[in-house]
Amino acid sequence: MSFPITLTVNGTARSLVLEDARVTLLDLLRERLDLTGAKKGCDRGQCGACTILVDGVRVNSCLALAVSHDGASITTIEGLAGTNPAGGDALHPVQAAFVEHDGFQCGFCTPGQILSAVGLIQEGQTGGDPERVREGMSGNLCRCGAYAGITEAVLAAHAAMTAPDVLPGRQLAEDAA
Amino acid sequence: MSERQRHGASIGQPLTRRDGPDKVTGAARYSADFKPEGLVHAVMAVSAIARGRVTHLDVAAAEAHPGVIAVMTPGNAPKLAKSPDLKDNPFAFRLDLLQNDGVRYANQPIAVVIGQTLEAATEGAALLAPRYEAEPVSVALGAGEVFTPETIGAGSPTSEGSGDVAAGMAAAEARIEASYDTAAQYHNALEPHSSVAQWDGDRLTLHTPTQALWIAKGRLAGLFGIPPENIHVICHYLGGGFGSKGFIAAPQILGIMAAKFVGRPVKLVTRREQMFGPVGHRAATRQTLKLGATRDGTLTALDHHTLTLTSRHDDFVEPSGILSRHLYAAGAISTTHAVSRADIGTPIFMRAPGEASGSVAVESALDELALELDLDPLEIRLRNYAEVEPITHRPFSSKALRECYAQGATRFGWASRPRQPRQMRDADGLLVGWGLGTATYPAGMMQGEARATIRADGTALIETAAQDMGQGAWTVLAQIGADGLGLPVDRVDLRIGDSNLPNGGLAGGSTGTATSGTAVHNATQAAIAELAALAVADRASPLYGAGNAGVTAADGRLARRDDPARSESFSEILSRVGKACVEAKGQGQGDPASRKTYAMHAHGAVYAEVKVDPDLGQIRVTRLVGAFAAGRIVNPHLVRSQYYGGMIWGVSLALHEHAVLDPRSGRVMNGNLAEYHIPVNADVPSMEAILVEEHDPHVNPLGIKGVGELGITGTAGAIANAVWHATGIRVRDIPITLDKLLG
Repeated sequence: MSFPITLTVNGTARSLVLEDARVTLLDLLRERLDLTGAKKGCDRGQCGACTILVDGVRVNSCLALAVSHDGASITTIEGLAGTNPAGGDALHPVQAAFVEHDGFQCGFCTPGQILSAVGLIQEGQTGGDPERVREGMSGNLCRCGAYAGITEAVLAAHAAMTAPDVLPGRQLAEDAA
Repeated sequence: MSERQRHGASIGQPLTRRDGPDKVTGAARYSADFKPEGLVHAVMAVSAIARGRVTHLDVAAAEAHPGVIAVMTPGNAPKLAKSPDLKDNPFAFRLDLLQNDGVRYANQPIAVVIGQTLEAATEGAALLAPRYEAEPVSVALGAGEVFTPETIGAGSPTSEGSGDVAAGMAAAEARIEASYDTAAQYHNALEPHSSVAQWDGDRLTLHTPTQALWIAKGRLAGLFGIPPENIHVICHYLGGGFGSKGFIAAPQILGIMAAKFVGRPVKLVTRREQMFGPVGHRAATRQTLKLGATRDGTLTALDHHTLTLTSRHDDFVEPSGILSRHLYAAGAISTTHAVSRADIGTPIFMRAPGEASGSVAVESALDELALELDLDPLEIRLRNYAEVEPITHRPFSSKALRECYAQGATRFGWASRPRQPRQMRDADGLLVGWGLGTATYPAGMMQGEARATIRADGTALIETAAQDMGQGAWTVLAQIGADGLGLPVDRVDLRIGDSNLPNGGLAGGSTGTATSGTAVHNATQAAIAELAALAVADRASPLYGAGNAGVTAADGRLARRDDPARSESFSEILSRVGKACVEAKGQGQGDPASRKTYAMHAHGAVYAEVKVDPDLGQIRVTRLVGAFAAGRIVNPHLVRSQYYGGMIWGVSLALHEHAVLDPRSGRVMNGNLAEYHIPVNADVPSMEAILVEEHDPHVNPLGIKGVGELGITGTAGAIANAVWHATGIRVRDIPITLDKLLG
């Protein structure tokens, strides 16, 4: 039995035929679309390394079956720079902030952390409160212990993205729409 | 002389990571991200019992599942050239590679299913439905025979001491004796152990996460009976190791065997729950501390006995007592270890092996003694400050611990700490406590080699099979290379993470930067000497006749030492003699004479604040200030991150990590990341790491000590002491969880 689905992945429409209903979004991205930025750390939604944006909302892609997301718009770490409000290939403000504030060490959890941060900022629940950022980022484990840098990076990116001359999260919202 | 004059422009600069852009865009490829043409997927089946043998696997059911290519079992697995149980060197730990049907611990690999897709292989592994002949198990600390191990840790003596401890205890005016338990911990790097393996005849190309490329290559060469040069191990990015990837583990090798078995490239990725067994852990300990002191707090005796466990089939002994040989100046010292066997996977080095588990016990005990004597915890540590290494009486190569205590105390506000517990509350009524712990870790070095190439276009290349598991080698080795060559760092290319490069040693034991950095530095000096030899022998060069020692390298030029105005660019020198480049190698290793003369350790002081809910017992660390001295700091931005990471591991040791083994089955009951707790972001407080200046002329030419493990020591004890200070309850069973405060 085969399952035809259509996804918009990083802005590009992809028509796919899955031969197996068991394929998760994570394994679809990693094993079939060669988008290996999303990582598999636990495969049961406990570590957050597989976080991607589905229709603008952060999701653990290891817990999402691909066939149940027909028609969805997906943003992975590989496509995030393209959603930079400033345009071009420049790093997204969250990506740039992670480099600047050393929000990672080994880098394995980083794609998930960054997409989780983009989702969190769009959710608009934290403002500039570090405690709420820490809480909101707690679905993404970092074993190296880069949390201090992660929190600083999210706060800095939040400030940059909500500055008056930048429209907050608009590009991503449009992509999702 | 300023840092910049002495070592050029790069060392000491807080550069952001050179691998940063790759890591934030998904361009950084980790082992399991590679996909050679024709790749198929392998999934391990692991044992649900901890001792016995596998009597049946439903291979037919697995093979019948659509997409399953083959099932590899002890009945058909490729035989190895050398038994994986052969211990032909102290670090050849025994491996379970389907060479027989025996089971020695829970989660041991018992079969591998290879499928066209990951889904097919996963289903196939589930269909094997193993049956067993199970034997009774024992997994408890101290159960069965307790014996004295021959060595501990990486071959250290099992006991060491000085003076007469019994006499010291008898002479003491205050004494404490207490036992502290620490829990079994699993490394749980976020990147699971994996292999993407491809054979071409008897040549192997392997993407696998490893902290030591050449050690991995050597072990594989022995097991498969092929020359090491036939094996190409590639690992540009390593998703955390913490000791679990120091030596290649069974699942990684099973992926290679599976590739041989099916004659196709294979990817095998360990599932998270399968990492609780075959890839190492830190064993549980019970440490008994006996301390005696005079009324003013001077230690007359320190007796540190460790009971731990190892597997039934191999030996690794958590060396918890080692730090008591270096840290406090007691009149008499005894450090001893004992061990019992259990039906568990073999323990292994885990971030600050010995020092982490030992530190929390020693720092707790010292505070218990301070309470007996009504002394401030800082005062008792200063009273017993080791001016020389206690047992050997060797001077320290450098030791700025006193400055660490002072700077940390000032920053934290320690002076206003009330002596008695339960004295402070916050605005919400939570109990507040402050604690202190001393951080210590040896400044070791391994052996490594690097190659430096200066090119005619004015750029350079540094190469060594070193590894970056997050500590920052991609950045700091380029910084060291740039300064050694007198080039801006952006003109220095770096290649690491590939076993075809010169042996880069091991990213572990806090030795990576010291070892590889020294090798890189020496390689650059040798390359500059080659370049200088070309110039000073060339009549057309303004450097002619200066002598090799008569030139210095800076800004991409060689200049006469006695007349810096006479200089020539690297490009000019090479172009004139028609050479594309010069290259040279350098070694990195400790100087045996210095290491005999001096004790070499990094130190620090960690101050912790916790808040405890008086009704619920909930504990939160709310503030951590660490002050650390570790010789020359190559990149303060990245070193601070290492300290933070270490301190978070200290939080984790003190309050979170605890693998629970079922005593009847021997299985890990919480073998997943939801139930095996490590800190999440919200568990981590505001942190500060003070980099205390320390110059070490003896440790290596650049004065570098390691920083990766230092932060975990000190921190866990500081938190345990802060919990006591908040509540008046001394918990000696680590991790400290709320049930232990309410009991």
